[in-house]
Amino acid sequence: MLPIEVSGLKKYYGNLKAVDDISFTVKEGEVFGLLGPNGAGKTTTIEIMEGLRERDNGDVKILGFDPWKNGYELHKKIGVIPQNFTFFEKTTPREAINYYADLFHVKVDADAILREVLLEDMAKHSFESLSGGQKQKTGLALSLVNQPELLFLDEPTTGLDPNARRAIWEVIRKLKAKGKTIILTTHYLDEAQQLSDRVAIMDHGHIVAIGTTQEIIQQYGSSERLEIKGSQRLADYIRENTELQVEYNPQRGTITIPLKKRTDALASLAAAEQSGLEWSNIQTRQDSLDDVFIKLIREPLDGQEETAPEAKTDKKRRH
Amino acid sequence: MVSVKRIYADFKVFSVGYLRNKFGLFFGLIFPVVLILIFGAIFAGGGDGTVNVYAQNQDTGIFGQNIGDSFLTALNESTTIKVITINPSDNFVDFLASKSASEGIVIPPNFSAEYIAGNQVNITVYGNPASSTSGIVTGTVNGYANYFNLQRFNGTVVIGLTSATINTQQTSYVDFLIPGLIGFSILTSPMFSLVNISSEYKKAKLFKQLSLTPLTKMEWLTAKVLFYILLSAAGFLLMVGVGVFVFGVHVTLSPWLIPFLVLGPILFAALGMLVGTVTKNPETAGVIGNIITFPMMFLAGTFFPISIMPEYLQTVARVLPLFYVTEGLNNVMVYNNISAALVDIAVLGVITLVIFTLAVKLFKWRED
Repeated sequence: MLPIEVSGLKKYYGNLKAVDDISFTVKEGEVFGLLGPNGAGKTTTIEIMEGLRERDNGDVKILGFDPWKNGYELHKKIGVIPQNFTFFEKTTPREAINYYADLFHVKVDADAILREVLLEDMAKHSFESLSGGQKQKTGLALSLVNQPELLFLDEPTTGLDPNARRAIWEVIRKLKAKGKTIILTTHYLDEAQQLSDRVAIMDHGHIVAIGTTQEIIQQYGSSERLEIKGSQRLADYIRENTELQVEYNPQRGTITIPLKKRTDALASLAAAEQSGLEWSNIQTRQDSLDDVFIKLIREPLDGQEETAPEAKTDKKRRH
Repeated sequence: MVSVKRIYADFKVFSVGYLRNKFGLFFGLIFPVVLILIFGAIFAGGGDGTVNVYAQNQDTGIFGQNIGDSFLTALNESTTIKVITINPSDNFVDFLASKSASEGIVIPPNFSAEYIAGNQVNITVYGNPASSTSGIVTGTVNGYANYFNLQRFNGTVVIGLTSATINTQQTSYVDFLIPGLIGFSILTSPMFSLVNISSEYKKAKLFKQLSLTPLTKMEWLTAKVLFYILLSAAGFLLMVGVGVFVFGVHVTLSPWLIPFLVLGPILFAALGMLVGTVTKNPETAGVIGNIITFPMMFLAGTFFPISIMPEYLQTVARVLPLFYVTEGLNNVMVYNNISAALVDIAVLGVITLVIFTLAVKLFKWRED
């Protein structure tokens, strides 16, 4: 049995297809990233998996449970940080952990958990006095109280400064090293790339790409290419003297040559040297996850028409 | 299964948070006491020291003269008594009871005739041996009777005094204020707090978060209700203490108070929960909460007895749930009228059951 099996999942809000027929599975010990712009359907998907939202259609099995019907049982076995985690203002992280331990009827070493999430210094500070990163760490700490094998982290680093983000990443890596299965939503590409074994890129309720980041780049990105600075004449020279496909960008003054095999790079450079013309700044480039993401996400740059209905859905979802 | 351990855990975390919040503590315990001190100080002095006495003149008069009227007019000129005359056809004892008055004067029907004829005729003076003001009233009436006797009959006793005892005790404004303000704090603390908590938690998605733990919404609500019952009990003791020691109020403490101190917080915690649940956001919840709370705060007999309000407002007061708390507390603490208090308990019980059931039904941990 896989910890997560989702197939044909649908969730509509009126006419808006928040999640439209998505399927995926997650293996034990895997960190699975759900990546996508705001409003892509990530949170709806993760909340359905957590049993916080009812699905309209499709099969969802989390640790073998139907998350909506058997939510109460499921919740004893999973850990969750909801988006924008908050807690009782006057409660300290240590009290919060002990509170959760009482609710779950488990004995825990609160200090050990605080150390695990790098929050031992703030054990006695009230929640309202914590920084954004420390609040998220409190959330992480609470999600660990019932010693879950499966963790759902919904945008764990949104709105945090780079140092706080890295600290959270460190904690997540430690959890992964302990063999926990983790579902992570994020709209930060680097976060998905840094932490996930596999990612699914979501857009408008669909999964538009799924796999390891390498796989996705290979599948949807362009292959490796050589770039050198030079003139139009040099570009023509290389084109005439090799069998390579050469593109020239007059504004940037760059010559781009797709590399089908490694020797293509040598041939291009040999031709350039032979031409006696000036050239510089050799570099090879490959599409990053960023490039692929931009290609895959159909979001118009002026954005106006897109954001309006999304804002509306957001509001709807909150209530 | 309801877990006592989880209720206790939630109760503990909530109480600790509450006690750390100086604001909540102030409004929960200190503010009602401040109100007692302020209102008590305004009204407790009693001003010029005259005693208000209800009097009924049944005298029909003779030869166009009404000696009863002259007697009461004379009494009214004393510095110790202010006479308030009432309709001769009213049942005097019932009237005194309804006003919680411990003194009264009745002039008999044949007063003028007997007086003019020189036959002895007695004025009835009602008083309560336990009341300090009863002596003043008897003394004053006696003094004027002697004066009337002296004037016309050279001291032969024609106008005599009959004493009658009544058990009502003059209630001062402060006596009444204590149950009223206890009602006030039973209303405001749980109500404002639960309106705020339930709408803010919903907005911050804290309920969603709690739904991911084994805590159930029923356990959560029970913990809140328990907390507010204890807070109300603490407020009750504090307010009665201040009332007794600072203003020397006369209140009766009895186990019959317990139903009000328990049902009240349940009712208003549930009502606050209901408001927070059915409204879209904390701002609307706050407004709706105030619309419900403020009329109750003033009309349900908290700061002043509803008997001084016009008839139509008294009708309004009777549909306000808080009315049955304040009336019940008054019935037990001030009037010692347990059978009336039982009616209040019954009405309050039904309202509480309805509101609580509704709140639990409509309150959702998670969305669909």
